[in-house]
Amino acid sequence: METYTALRQFADSWALLGMVLFFVGVIAFTLRPGGKNAAQNAASIPLKED
Amino acid sequence: MKYTLEMVVLAVGAFLALVGAGFAQDRAFGAHMWVLFFVLLGSTLVLMRRINFQPVAAGSAAPQSEYFDEVVRYGVIATMFWGVVGFLVGVFVALQLAFPDLNFEPWFNFGRVRPLHTSAVIFAFGGNALIATSFYVVQRTSRARLFGGDRLGWFVFWGYQLFIVLAATGYLLGITQSREYAEPEWYVDLWLTIVWVAYLVAFLGTIMVRKEPHIYVANWFYLAFIITIAMLHVVNNLAVPVSFLGSKSYSAFSGVQDALTQWWYGHNAVGFLLTAGFLGMMYYFIPKQANRPVYSYRLSIIHFWALIFMYIWAGPHHLHYTALPDWAQTLGMVFSIMLLMPSWGGMINGLMTLSGAWDKIRTDPIVRMMVMAVAFYGMATFEGPMMSIKTVNSLSHYTDWTIGHVHSGALGWNGMITFGAIYHLVPKLWNRERLYSVRMVNWHFWLATLGIVIYAAVMWVAGIQQGLMWREYDDQGFLVYSFAETVAAMFPYYVMRAIGGSLFLAGGVLMAFNVTMTILGRVRDEAPILGAAPLPAAAE
Repeated sequence: METYTALRQFADSWALLGMVLFFVGVIAFTLRPGGKNAAQNAASIPLKED
Repeated sequence: MKYTLEMVVLAVGAFLALVGAGFAQDRAFGAHMWVLFFVLLGSTLVLMRRINFQPVAAGSAAPQSEYFDEVVRYGVIATMFWGVVGFLVGVFVALQLAFPDLNFEPWFNFGRVRPLHTSAVIFAFGGNALIATSFYVVQRTSRARLFGGDRLGWFVFWGYQLFIVLAATGYLLGITQSREYAEPEWYVDLWLTIVWVAYLVAFLGTIMVRKEPHIYVANWFYLAFIITIAMLHVVNNLAVPVSFLGSKSYSAFSGVQDALTQWWYGHNAVGFLLTAGFLGMMYYFIPKQANRPVYSYRLSIIHFWALIFMYIWAGPHHLHYTALPDWAQTLGMVFSIMLLMPSWGGMINGLMTLSGAWDKIRTDPIVRMMVMAVAFYGMATFEGPMMSIKTVNSLSHYTDWTIGHVHSGALGWNGMITFGAIYHLVPKLWNRERLYSVRMVNWHFWLATLGIVIYAAVMWVAGIQQGLMWREYDDQGFLVYSFAETVAAMFPYYVMRAIGGSLFLAGGVLMAFNVTMTILGRVRDEAPILGAAPLPAAAE
């Protein structure tokens, strides 16, 4: 198979699926139960210093 | 201080530049190498004069402070300097469009000065602002000193200034590879690649050695900016030089693939330099200046991932109705429209950080500046997706509407958030109680805002008129206007645009004065802003 065609097929099948799953996973992880506390701690990082 | 290594490297560099000038294959390259030779020779002499021959007294070495801030101070001054230069050149090119007699050939005609303006404001003003603030933010949110020692930080700063000087002089000499926002030729591109890798090492290294367990979200945005710009810069500038001692090179791509690579670069320079990098600034400096944490930290994380996942696909909207395959144009359009969601999520997050402290917009001109920046971010990220729709684009493309859009984003969002960050930083960096004058910040705010509003509104009218004149047919099917007639019709708008730009420039000059006086330790005796906490009194 031509390189372009092979890459193109990979890009719009497995690579696309992988990116979508990663993206959905990141959002799910961010909104996980109990994530709020960790987020509030992280938000206060800049205010701890001068 | 002794600068043995630095001086040897600079002197060898100067010698190589001289050799390059001698064996140059074309006159432009020769002239450019002479510029490089004098810059490096001058730098060597400056270092030589700064050598301290005093014997090092035992225990006299100053204790290393917690953070490496000297390079940030230089960066803030460079940002201000290049900002004023870039705005001034912008007003000049605006006047050239209205009054073509201002084209002084060969060095100062529009074709050469225009890239000087765009690169000066995007890479010199914006780039220096990003490097300086990223060094400041990453050290404080990681609670670690900049990685790689002071030498690495200085190399990034001075290496970047050298890139700017080479790029700017190259444009005026007529050296260009004709890629918008990537005009510098192959040898300047190689130099920037080296500097950029050093920047990545310094920034990422600081994150690696951090003492704070969590990586604060501003650093994510800065890191995305650094990594993506490295990738874009390297791929878009793949080229084969005609000669290793000549200024001409040919792109590795051809035809529509070349065009797509260029706009993949061009749009993501907007997406990752002018957006992601400056969002890093927003997520640190707005909470700091308002003294309250960001409205929703989880929203900021979703903002981050959504932004970087979508922006990278939006480039093809610069190539609507060209030889680019239709599906690629549609893909670019769809992703551009979807980008509205993360953009507005970020805008809401920035604005709502002030919830419960809205009075600060009235009492603190620096907060007001930052809020205006975020408002322009929202405005430009609504206008952009709308203009990427093919039917809208068929009217707006190639007209001055595009120029207006770019400037409401660049002056409104990037300019204002940078001004806010500088006003926040200067008293802290130089240990001053407050700025020389807070009222001047207010003046700067109104000059800049009025300038942008005039600029953007005039360009809307100009652009739509231009687009409509270009497509006006009579009942026989002939075009009604010749191209020259549409150019002549733009004259009043071009004059008004120059006035808007001048107001913005005046604000920039006012900032330079205010910041200079603050650095000199002066305090203006003035009434406080109505409703604000009383100012510390001027020194007797």
